[in-house]
Amino acid sequence: MTDSSPLALEVSHAVKIYGALPNAVKALNDVSIDVANNEFFTLLGPSGCGKTTLLRMIAGFETITEGSIRLFGENIENLPANKRPVNTVFQQYALFPHMTVLQNVAFGLTMLGKSDREANGIATRMLDMVQLGEFSNRKPTQLSGGQQQRVALARALAPSPKLLLLDEPLSALDLKLRHAMRVELKQIQEELGITFIFVTHDQEEALTMSDRIAVMSNGELQQIGTGREIYEEPKNKFVADFIGETNLLTTQVESIQGANAVCVVGNHTPLECASAGGISIGDTGIISIRPERITLTKPGSDATGSNLTGTVKRFIYLGTDTQCMVELDDGTEIHVRVQNAHDSATDFDVGERASIKIDQGAARLLVN
Amino acid sequence: MSAPIAPLNAKKNPNAGVFDGIGLWLLSPSWIVIGVFLLLPVFMMLIFSFLTKEFRGGVIWEPTLAAYDQFLFDRGLFGDEPPTIEWTYITIFARSIWQAALATLFCLIIGFPTAYYIATRSARSRSVWLFLITIPYWVNLLIRTVSMKFLIRDTGPLNQFLMSTGVIDSPIHIVNTNFAVQLGLFYSYLPFMVLPIYAAVERYNFALSEAAWDLYADRWTTLRKILIPVVKPGIIAGCILVFVPSLGAFLAPDLLGGAKTFMIGSLIEEQFKGNAGNWPFGAAASMILLSMVLIVLMFYARQQTRAQAGAR
Ligand SMILES: Nc1ncnc2c1ncn2[C@@H]1O[C@H](COP(=O)(O)OP(=O)(O)OP(=O)(O)O)[C@@H](O)[C@H]1O
Ligand SMILES: [Mg+2]
Repeated sequence: MTDSSPLALEVSHAVKIYGALPNAVKALNDVSIDVANNEFFTLLGPSGCGKTTLLRMIAGFETITEGSIRLFGENIENLPANKRPVNTVFQQYALFPHMTVLQNVAFGLTMLGKSDREANGIATRMLDMVQLGEFSNRKPTQLSGGQQQRVALARALAPSPKLLLLDEPLSALDLKLRHAMRVELKQIQEELGITFIFVTHDQEEALTMSDRIAVMSNGELQQIGTGREIYEEPKNKFVADFIGETNLLTTQVESIQGANAVCVVGNHTPLECASAGGISIGDTGIISIRPERITLTKPGSDATGSNLTGTVKRFIYLGTDTQCMVELDDGTEIHVRVQNAHDSATDFDVGERASIKIDQGAARLLVN
Repeated sequence: MSAPIAPLNAKKNPNAGVFDGIGLWLLSPSWIVIGVFLLLPVFMMLIFSFLTKEFRGGVIWEPTLAAYDQFLFDRGLFGDEPPTIEWTYITIFARSIWQAALATLFCLIIGFPTAYYIATRSARSRSVWLFLITIPYWVNLLIRTVSMKFLIRDTGPLNQFLMSTGVIDSPIHIVNTNFAVQLGLFYSYLPFMVLPIYAAVERYNFALSEAAWDLYADRWTTLRKILIPVVKPGIIAGCILVFVPSLGAFLAPDLLGGAKTFMIGSLIEEQFKGNAGNWPFGAAASMILLSMVLIVLMFYARQQTRAQAGAR
């Protein structure tokens, strides 16, 4: 992020309430996001958390109940959708069925007052970019889902919007195509230098494509950060739990050493946890430990690790990894992920005792 | 391909197999219904139109072109003068087409917004609206047309109301005018316009309007370039459903109109009613009407297939 150029998008303290009082729904509660120019920004959250609502407010389809939206420094919350230099790729594509692919892509350009020749020229280039040049005279219904998806993308990109909004554009595609489109979308975004705001509830999709991710839940923003930050330094239990897999252990703070807290887990085993600060001795909290940052060793073989021990309960084969469920001595169950190349997990039998080693810095204390 | 080449038509119709053998037999009830109630009467009319008339109704089984000749040519009072074009019936036909087209236009102008309004309500109020639209149709058309006449006649409630409020001093003569006939046709056939358009708008994906709006189209352009073209099949169906019965209508022109608003429907009706009739002439007029309707429908079908071919 460069400080000199204005932010592409600033949403400040946005509130959205649907309907009138007796059965009003608060879909967004005080949401603020800043998106830098050329950024691939993702809104991530479970179903019903308000992602679409936020996106539709930016597009101009929904009014904002409170707060403001600025696009490159200009207030746009009072502009109708057709006056905002923002385009949308709709989840179900919403291609015009009575028009050819070329007419679909040229539509926005024609509406902006471009001549037919110019509009068709740009539209043809856009279709070439998404590798659909040869389909320009077909009707949308004569295309596969993936092809329709690209037409929708080309149509939204053709008028060179300042901001492109994408509402779960890949959710209707099958897995293989989805993976291919992720790469392609990211490439196109980098090539054109247009700011993308991408909505998804698929955390893997968010992690692979985004420069930054905003995690939302229940109409509220939980955390904004790069994929790495959100995965490795989750701010709260929701984020830790929603992004990837994690072990959550309730605990109490025993002592504080700088930014780290020493907490008790298992049968009075002290464990050093990273924390965001603002904690004091005696606080209860939750420790998040990613399953891939735990290793199992034979009891007594490794003296340097913690003396947390447990019993191996079950193995689940997952292809590249094996997931191992271990019951700690105090009865809590934790998941351990072992890459199959190492075949260390398979050294154990079900019912065997194991010593549990947690990587340095892998445990994070979350307050709530 | 090593597989044997399939017959050509197998490719055209993937369901072809369903229609051979037993399928045809299963369809026989529909064929019987269509044959007996649709094709047979039309065929009879076709035959009758080429027979000689019997005074006091009925036909004599002697083939002649007299009915068509009477429709098209004037040969003087005794039929011995050189033929000139007979304008009476052609005028009636032209007027009927004009009236029916006008009624269709009015139904469209009022019916489209109505259908759109209903289709965009919540599911519950939608069914209430549809019910309200169809309620009058539980009453016989004759009775409804007569009631309309009572409403608009010189001493009827409409004129009384307008006079009592001081808008007018003397009653407006509505009955026996083209306007009254239009009103009657409009009132009779409006639901035939509303219902198909409603069905089309209800299926319309409003995300398309949003997409157009997002792509810098204003509301008017969105209506013109997206909504109307997409729901066009419903609009055309509505227009056909209003135009065709309006063209052959006789109740509204008979009851609400006068001599100057005489339409084909009434002309045909007269030929088969009472003793003054001329069955072959009525049949010939019917055949001419039918062929005109068929020509309109064929144009439409042709355009549809061309539009579809264009999509390929
Ligand atoms: N038009 C509306 N009227 C009333 N409530 C609405 C409306 N649209 C959305 N909501 C409510 O607002 C909340 C947020 O909805 P939204 O569509 O933004 O969720 P989302 O995060 O996009 O979910 P999904 O992943 O399922 O698409 C939900 O509780 C939803 O029921
Ligand atoms: Mg959504």
